[in-house]
Amino acid sequence: MYFDSFDAFLRMGEHGLYVWMAYGATLLVLLSAFFITRSMSRSVEENIRWTILSRQSEQAAGTAQTQRQGNES
Amino acid sequence: MKLNLKLKEYWHKLGSPRWFYQITTSWVTFFGICALLLLATGLVWALAFAPADYQQGNSFRIMYVHVPAAMVAQSLYIGMGVAGFVGLVWRMKLTDVAIGACLPLGMVLTALALFTGGVWGKPTWGSWWEWDGRTVSTLVLLFLYIGIYALREAIPDRDLRARASALVSLVGTVNIPIIKYSVEWWNTLHQSASFSLTEKPAMPAEMWLPLLVMVLGFYCFAGHQVLSRMRLEVLSREATSRWVLQLLQGKSAEAGLGQSSLIDHGRD
Amino acid sequence: MVAALLLREIQILLRARASIVNPLAFLLLSTLLFAIAAPKLVAETSHQASGILWVLVLFTQLLSLDAMFRRDYDSGTLEQSLIMADVPFVAVLLRIFVQWLGTGLVIVIATPVIGPLLGLSWAAVPGAMLALLLGTPALSLLGSIGAGITVGFSRGGIILALLVLPLFLPVLIFGTDIVNAAAAGLNYTAQIYWLALITLAALIVAPFAALAGLRISVEMQ
Repeated sequence: MYFDSFDAFLRMGEHGLYVWMAYGATLLVLLSAFFITRSMSRSVEENIRWTILSRQSEQAAGTAQTQRQGNES
Repeated sequence: MKLNLKLKEYWHKLGSPRWFYQITTSWVTFFGICALLLLATGLVWALAFAPADYQQGNSFRIMYVHVPAAMVAQSLYIGMGVAGFVGLVWRMKLTDVAIGACLPLGMVLTALALFTGGVWGKPTWGSWWEWDGRTVSTLVLLFLYIGIYALREAIPDRDLRARASALVSLVGTVNIPIIKYSVEWWNTLHQSASFSLTEKPAMPAEMWLPLLVMVLGFYCFAGHQVLSRMRLEVLSREATSRWVLQLLQGKSAEAGLGQSSLIDHGRD
Repeated sequence: MVAALLLREIQILLRARASIVNPLAFLLLSTLLFAIAAPKLVAETSHQASGILWVLVLFTQLLSLDAMFRRDYDSGTLEQSLIMADVPFVAVLLRIFVQWLGTGLVIVIATPVIGPLLGLSWAAVPGAMLALLLGTPALSLLGSIGAGITVGFSRGGIILALLVLPLFLPVLIFGTDIVNAAAAGLNYTAQIYWLALITLAALIVAPFAALAGLRISVEMQ
């Protein structure tokens, strides 16, 4: 460990503000990128599932209707 | 001879979105885990264990994030240029997916490089910003990214957007070494009196080892992100195909929702 | 065939005299703005004259580039020329050449007036003219790439600038260096070679890239 105490670690010998701004920004960027991409993946999968579901329920409604028509006639 | 055929086969497969999706499934996890390990190790090492610089003190630690960000930002743009070239010559749709995936991360990392550079400069050399070779080149890179971003926003048609982006990223990439050289030239004429960021002091192992870890970590992170974005774009584009349906079914099954949720819903 | 095409292009240029007058007027106007806004900056034999002159030249080029292919694009003749020309590459090259005649060449001729107005010393004017003579063709060539891609955009002006200014940078750097060296009485042969190299490279690469861009734009119609 380069630093003697946690306090010294935070202070970084007067440069604390700058070092932590830089590392903070970096962490912000890395974490945001990760979470945003993850949320995008999830919503893409959601969307595709919905599209498939709605298309299938349309088809089902269609077949149910033709079945009913068949029964009536 | 056999290798030649193998390579050609591989090349043709690269054009298939489905094959791409399948083969990158393990890569994404691999890059993700490597990124996590390398970055976690690197960050702790850089902040707490690496020695401070004799002249600059602890602000030197900013280098451990500034340099990797700048390196990856540039590599991503060059990657876009290569993808553009391949896309223009071989008309592979995946290359446009690649360009779209690299763009946001590249832009943000360039901005991060500029920000961390400024933050590094203030305590070390007294000013937030100096016009020197490095800052000018990085700023130009940012504008190269913004140019492609604006271009893509302006073209609604996917195929035309792909061709335009490919052309512009190719031209931009060819321009990068020319800009680097001419900015170096400019810099030798306008060298500021203060110590320049462009000088690379010889670093002892205790300093460049954590840097290496951070650089590798950033590259793995970029690989993970770019592949993830490419995969979600591929899914999006191929949403109507059977293999996507089967894939999502498989995922639902894994998640315990059961097969019926997607297929048999209409039966009642 | 080439001669006929060239002749036609020049006729169009001369008929639309605005494409010659406007760049000149803009250059003069912006010089005036500098003289009013920053008079000390343009005081006699200013060190900044080289930089200001070149930046104004770049902006003039940008404005002129926007209109380079636009009239043909809007009227539909661009699509026709791309399909019907035997060698479309030559047609594009001729268009670029004529655009340079109306912008770059005019700027070079106007330098003995504009330069000193911005504070350039008389000793530097021949060097400035040489630098501009070598550099403005590169600007026209490289700029045509951006013009080709953005001709279809309704508000393409800013995207054109974004795409093209990074391409202009090396020309700007060597160009200003030549003029500064000329003003200081130093030798600038090396810079001349570099600038000439850039222009030659642009000559080889740009028409193809511009053509590719035009093909994309035409499909956007």
